[in-house]
This record gives sequence, structure tokens and C-alpha cells, in this order.
Amino acid sequence: MSTEIATTVKNEEWKASLTGESTWVRWTLIALALGYLTLFLFVPLAAVFAEALKNGLESYFAPFQDPDTLVAIRLTFIAAALAVPLNLVFGVAAAWAIAKFEFIGKQLLITIIDIPLAVSPVISGLIYVLLFGAQGWVGPWLIEHDIKIIFALPGIVLATIFVTVPFIARELIPLMQSQGREEEEAAFTLGASGWQTFIHVTLPNIKWSLLYGIILCNARAMGEFGAVSVVSGHIRGLTNTLPLHVEILYNEYNAVGAFAVASLLTLLAIVTLIVKTVIERKSGPAQSAHDPAWSPQPGSPS
Amino acid sequence: MRPMALVLKQPSVLPGFGLTLGFALFYFSLIVLIPLSGLFIKTSTLTWSQFVHTVTEPRALASYRLTFGASFLGALINGFFGSVVAWVLVRYRFPGRSIVDALVDLPFALPTAVAGITLTAIYSSNGWIGQYLEPLGLKIAFTPLGVLVALTFIGLPFVVRTVQPVLQDLDKEVEEAATTLGASRWQTVRAVIMPELWPALLTGMAMAFARSVGEYGSVIFIAGNMPLKSEITPLLIMTKLEQYDYAGATALGVVMLVASFLLVLMINLLQWWSSSRHTAR
Amino acid sequence: MNLKPFALTLALLTGAVAFAASVQAGQSTSLLNVSYDPTRELYQEFNAAFTKHWLAKTGQTVSIKQSHGGSSKQARAIIDGLEADVVTLALAYDIDAISEKAGLLPANWQSRLPHNSAPYSSTIVFLVRKGNPKGIKNWDDLVKPGISVITPNPKTSGVARWNYLAAWGYALKQPGGDDTKAQDFVQRLFKNVPVLDSGARGATTTFVERGIGDVLINWENEILLSTKGTGKDKFDIVVPPVSILAEPTVSLVDKIVDKRGTRQIAQAYLEYLYSEEGQDIAGKNYYRPQLQSVAAKYATAFPTVERFTLQEFFGNWQKAHKTHFADDGTFDQIYLKGSK
Repeated sequence: MSTEIATTVKNEEWKASLTGESTWVRWTLIALALGYLTLFLFVPLAAVFAEALKNGLESYFAPFQDPDTLVAIRLTFIAAALAVPLNLVFGVAAAWAIAKFEFIGKQLLITIIDIPLAVSPVISGLIYVLLFGAQGWVGPWLIEHDIKIIFALPGIVLATIFVTVPFIARELIPLMQSQGREEEEAAFTLGASGWQTFIHVTLPNIKWSLLYGIILCNARAMGEFGAVSVVSGHIRGLTNTLPLHVEILYNEYNAVGAFAVASLLTLLAIVTLIVKTVIERKSGPAQSAHDPAWSPQPGSPS
Repeated sequence: MRPMALVLKQPSVLPGFGLTLGFALFYFSLIVLIPLSGLFIKTSTLTWSQFVHTVTEPRALASYRLTFGASFLGALINGFFGSVVAWVLVRYRFPGRSIVDALVDLPFALPTAVAGITLTAIYSSNGWIGQYLEPLGLKIAFTPLGVLVALTFIGLPFVVRTVQPVLQDLDKEVEEAATTLGASRWQTVRAVIMPELWPALLTGMAMAFARSVGEYGSVIFIAGNMPLKSEITPLLIMTKLEQYDYAGATALGVVMLVASFLLVLMINLLQWWSSSRHTAR
Repeated sequence: MNLKPFALTLALLTGAVAFAASVQAGQSTSLLNVSYDPTRELYQEFNAAFTKHWLAKTGQTVSIKQSHGGSSKQARAIIDGLEADVVTLALAYDIDAISEKAGLLPANWQSRLPHNSAPYSSTIVFLVRKGNPKGIKNWDDLVKPGISVITPNPKTSGVARWNYLAAWGYALKQPGGDDTKAQDFVQRLFKNVPVLDSGARGATTTFVERGIGDVLINWENEILLSTKGTGKDKFDIVVPPVSILAEPTVSLVDKIVDKRGTRQIAQAYLEYLYSEEGQDIAGKNYYRPQLQSVAAKYATAFPTVERFTLQEFFGNWQKAHKTHFADDGTFDQIYLKGSK
């Protein structure tokens, strides 16, 4: 392992001599990048934890003993646990159809998949209210049959799904498009079933993008505020997700509690992102050896 | 499965086209398209002149200027600094690089309300950063500048994450060749690297822009929300709702949605354009 | 046509939604009170007291769920199907809207309980920095140049509408006061407002935590609350000689309680607000009790202020809303005029 690193370093140095910048340019750029990230990323991040820990560990953990917080945590996990797998199936299905076949209206389909990313969260909650609300189109029928969609968990799940629909598909489509379909065609011609082809040929090629998509989708699902806020009804201990609970605590002048719960969400995000980096790093070299043209980094556009 | 074959431009030996496309289309219609169509149906309860009045009243126009203007500026800032970050992350090794790399996605994951509260606390005149800017005459929280800060934060990951893989795939041999042929480093960057980066950079900026235009949660905390000055369009939609004016709210929503859709369409044309350039190479 | 994909989608989605629905099934006797932002502490205490009272009286355990948010946002949620048994909102206008838009309660709801269905009242007062460095004593001090005033946005916040009407009413009460002068007065006041938060709590945070503004206009209860604890040494309360009688109103939501079979308990819940204990809890949480005996007990806690009613100057909420807060109302004109 260490010799490997040494060779990489040497290689880097040699390359740097040809394509590198002078030391001061390099450090200026690093300083510029870190300065920008400090202003917009690190300081806000530090502030979340500083505010949460302002009054010591005891008050930091206090909100987590509140049953309402525990319900919010449970609700957030349930919503994510339902939204992510559904969007995973959608993402894989859409990517397979788009990447492996040529059909009419493909560009349009790729475009509309991105729409939820660009829709204001206020609107994405509102449309479900227009549809399922008591004054909405399906609402009266639902009330007659005593089915609750909005202001209950199903509405929260639907809004979460809406907001996170594109994430996995977005990661997979460009990658699968650039990989072409020769490998799958070969496997299928050799007698593998469609499912076997997918599991043994496609999946190994896309697993990193898939994982990254799942992580992003999950992080976004757990953190969604605007859309969920519209359909939640804000009933304490019943329909409050973690982000909504943060707002409630903040509005109760319990800033420490609000930031403590926020830090939990932040930690969840950081841990998943770091786990992703670690797994990638460990399996990275093998992956690149298998397919040198493809680097194991997320979000390759094409 | 046969009727599905009609939409295929060329036959394929691979299975599952009908199943995957059918599922994807049906799922997407149920979750996104049908609910979204409600927005247009509700808006259509307005007469044309009511619609025009709602979407062109002075407060609405001012809010578009702020929303789209700040989103655009935010995208520009992210375009420049995001490229620098991507470059630094791909090309240089420094302590903590992989942690920085992991943290870039944070604005995706942080609940927008938390982002708003935190940014307000930091950039207000008694905050960590705000207290040093205040003596310089620079007020950020509760001014349009605050909107810009929040939107820059929200859009931060987009440019980094679209530019990064392109930089990674960039063939260093071309750069080496350019250098050997006597090009200065700056010339190489301008003539060899930038043309490769442009499509991804524009894509990232457009995505950041589209995301910023709709942002609500983080902005309302830091904006000050003064009519005509620091009021964003999503807030106007909320105030219409508070007055039980659903049709007016959806009318503004339609304007934003159409603007966003055109943008996303543009993004994808860009991607398509860049990928066809790549394959042509 | 192959129906497999459609069957698959439907199965997955309905499965998910059904699972989500089942997670929340199975409740004991419960009551949902949908309220506005500043009443959190009040109802936290009151709900505990009522649960105890109800258990002692009937042997029945009731769990009371609370929902808090901006007053009109909450009303809108009920109109759209949030199943509230009782509503306790910042202004009658929002409960009127539930009656008018969704027909969930009769139009005469306000006459069903004593004191216009307001079990407690409040008023609008000022909070200033310690020692009152700008010497603010009355409404006309707020329009002086160089004074920075914090109030939430009347378009999105219930209390902000009370603030606005209180200032307007003050101007009307001045010698020679008329609507033109009042509009000019309010316009000058809003010239001094640097931040319009979307709600009462947001405005308090801006003033208290961010240190913005010389004076905060807000609910009396909200301001009394923020001067307890850590705020004691940093702020002073200023009570103007004249202000508005603010009546946060409560009601049953008839269609919902009949559907859920909770009318009896919901009625008892609201009546308990008027009982001695309910009034005492209101007083403790800085709302002015209506019951004379309890009001006397808290007389020292609440400064005397001459309170004019909404009816006196504005007729009713429907009218007040249409003239002042609807699109192109006087509030919109303030900013549109200012820009020209």
C-alpha cells in the first residue's frame, strides 16, 4: 500500500512538472477555494454546532429526551425509508429505458425528469393540497371514505418523493448513456436473462453513481422543509418531521434545542457523505483498473 | 409489449423496454405530472386580464427582478468559485482534501430553514462575520445582499459537482503537448481546458440558478422581506395563500414553473450538445 | 398492451401510502387544537390542566394534540382538510374564513361563547432597549425620523394586522384625525421599518437576538414573555396610553367534532378556558383574563391602557381586511406610493 502511494506521488510530481502551476498560483487557488468554502460552508456548519453546544452537553442532549423529538426522528426515517426505495426503482427503470434504447421523445423525457429540482418547494407542497385538500379535486371523495392524505404521513411521503424524484435518475442516466449497451447485449445474446444481465453486467458498472444518488436522495429526503411544511399540518408529536421540529423549537425561543436537532441532521448528512468517500477510496483502484476510462467519481455528466 | 416497439427508433435485442419505460412514465405522471397539472387548472380559473394583472403588478415585477437577479448573480459567483474549488479538489493534494470534498454536498442536505437561521445568525450585524462587515458599511442580513448569500449557499454544490468529473476525465496529455509546444500555462488553461469545461460549467450554473429561483425556506429568514426591495417571488406566493387567493398564488407559480422549465430544457440541450461534441471527437 | 408496469407502479405506490397511513392509525380519544404561534406555552400548560380536570370529572383519558403556526396559515390548513376539533386563532377574520370558505362552522360562531368568543384578551405594546435611549413613549414617537421599528408583515402575520390597526386607530383618535391623516401616519411608521418578518416570533427574534431596531411592536403577552429570564436586563416595556383591544378568538369546528364524535369534550375544553383555572393559566401566561375575580389577581401584572375596539373604527374584520390588507389595500399603497 505504501509503495503504491509513493509511486502515485512520484507520478504526480512528474506530471506536475509538465502541467502544473507555479507554487504560488497553486496556493492562491487553494486559498481562494478554501476562503469561499469557509464563508459559505464551514462557518455556517461550525455555527450550527457552536449554537447547539453553547450551553454545554446537557442542554445539547435535552431535546433528544423529548418524546416529540423522537416522534419527529421516527417520522423522518419512515418518510425517507419509503421515498428512497421508490425513487431508486424509478431511477433505475428510467435510466435503463433511456440509456439502452433509442425512442421518440427521449430528450423531452430527460428534461421533464429534472422539473422537480426546479419547482419551488412552496409550489410542490401546494399542488398536493390542490389535489387532495378538502377543497381540492380528489379531496371530497377522500373525506367521504375517511382516507387522510395531506396533513398526515402519506402526504409527507408524497411531498418527499416529489422533491427527491430526480436525484437517482440524474446520476445514472449520463453514466449509463456513456457506457453504451454492448456489454449488456453480449451477455443477453449469450443466454443471460434480462434480470441476470442487469445484476451481473450493468449493476457493477453503475454501483458508485447509484450509491451516490441514493445518498443524495436520502439526505435531501430527510432535510426537506418547504414542501413538507405545506402538507404537514404541524401537529406536535404526530406530523412533525425533523426539519419542521427544528423550526418549532426555534419558534419556542429554544435556539439551543433547535440547533441540537439541526446538528443531528447535519451529522447524518456528513456521516453518509464521508462513508461514501471512504468506500469509494477503498474500492477505487480496482474499479479504475477494470475500466480506466471511467473514474469512480460521482455525477459524471457524460 | 409489441405496441411499445412502435416508439422505438431502432430495434434492440435487450429486454425490458416496455416494463422500464412504462413504469418510469406512469410513476412520474402520478407523482409529478398530474399534481403539477393542477397548478395550471387552478390558474385557468382566472380570466386572462386577471392573470396578467396578478403576474405584472409592481410587487410581482420587483420580486422577479430580485429573485432572478440574485439567482443569476449567485450562479455567476458559484460558477467562478465552484470551478476553482473543483480544480483544486481534482488537481491538488492538501491536508483535509477528502473531507472538503465530502462536505461540498452539505447545502443539498441541510434543511433550508436551518440554513436560513444559521446564515442570518452569522451575517447579521452582531454575527460572527457580520460584525466585521458592518464597520465597512456592508450590511448583509435583511438586505437584498442577504438573499444573494443564501442563494449562493444553496447553489454551491451544483457547479462543483458538474465540473469535477469533467476535470477528472480531462486528458492530461493534451495539456502536456500544449506545454511542450511552448504554450504558457495560462494559454493552455484558456485554449485547452476551458473549452472542455464550458458545457459542464454552464450546466452547473443553470442548475444552481433553477434551484435558487424557487428557494424559500432559507431566504425568508435573511431577506428582511421588504416589499419592492427584498421580497422574493416564493414569498409573494405565500402571501397570496395567506389571503386565501389560491388562483393568484398558482398564477405566480405558473410563471416561475414555466421559467424553470425553459431553463431545465436549456440545461439539457446544453448537455446534449456537449455529449454530442464529445462523441464526435 | 402490457399492463405489468402500471400494476407494478400502483402496487408500489398504494403499498407505500397504505403503510404510511397505517402507521398513524389507532388513536385513543384525542382532540386537536389548531392555534397560532405565541400560544405555545399557554396551551402546553392549559392542556395538562384540562386533561387532569377531564379525567377527574369523567374518568376518561384524553390526549390533546397541538398545532402552531401563522394564524392564517393554520386557518388555511383547516380549510384544506386538517381535522381540527377546536381552533384558537389570533383574529376572528381567520375563523370567519373557515366558516366562509369551507362551511365547517356556522357564520354566527362568534356569538356562541362569552366575550365575542375571546376567553382572554390582549393588546399591542412596545419593547425598547434598556433605559429607553430613544425616549419612546407613544405611537407618535414611532414615526419620528431615525427611529427603527420592528413589526412583522401584515400580509402574513395576525399580530401585524393588530399592530397596523392600532397605529391607524391612534391616528384617528388624534384631534382632527381622519383616514387620510391616518394613512399618512401609518405610511411614515412603515418608512421606519427595516425588516418585515413573516411572523410574531420571527420579529421578536430579529429584535432580541439580532439586535436590530429601537422598538418592537408586538403582542403584550409576547413582549412580557421575552422580558422574563435572560431578557430582563436588556429590555424595557413601554405601554402607550392608547392601544387596541386585541381579541384572540376560539371556536369549535362543528363539522369535524360531529364527524369525530368529540363535540361534548371539545365544548368542555373551550368552556374550561373560561373557568377560574383556565383564566388563571391565561393570566400566568400574560394574557388578560376576562373573569373579574382572576383579572383582579393579575391587575398589577398588566399596566392600564385605554383600549379601543376594532368595531369602533373599522366595523368588522371583513371590512378592515378589505380596506387595509387585501391586494391594493392601504398597506400595499404604502409601498407602491413610496417607490414613486
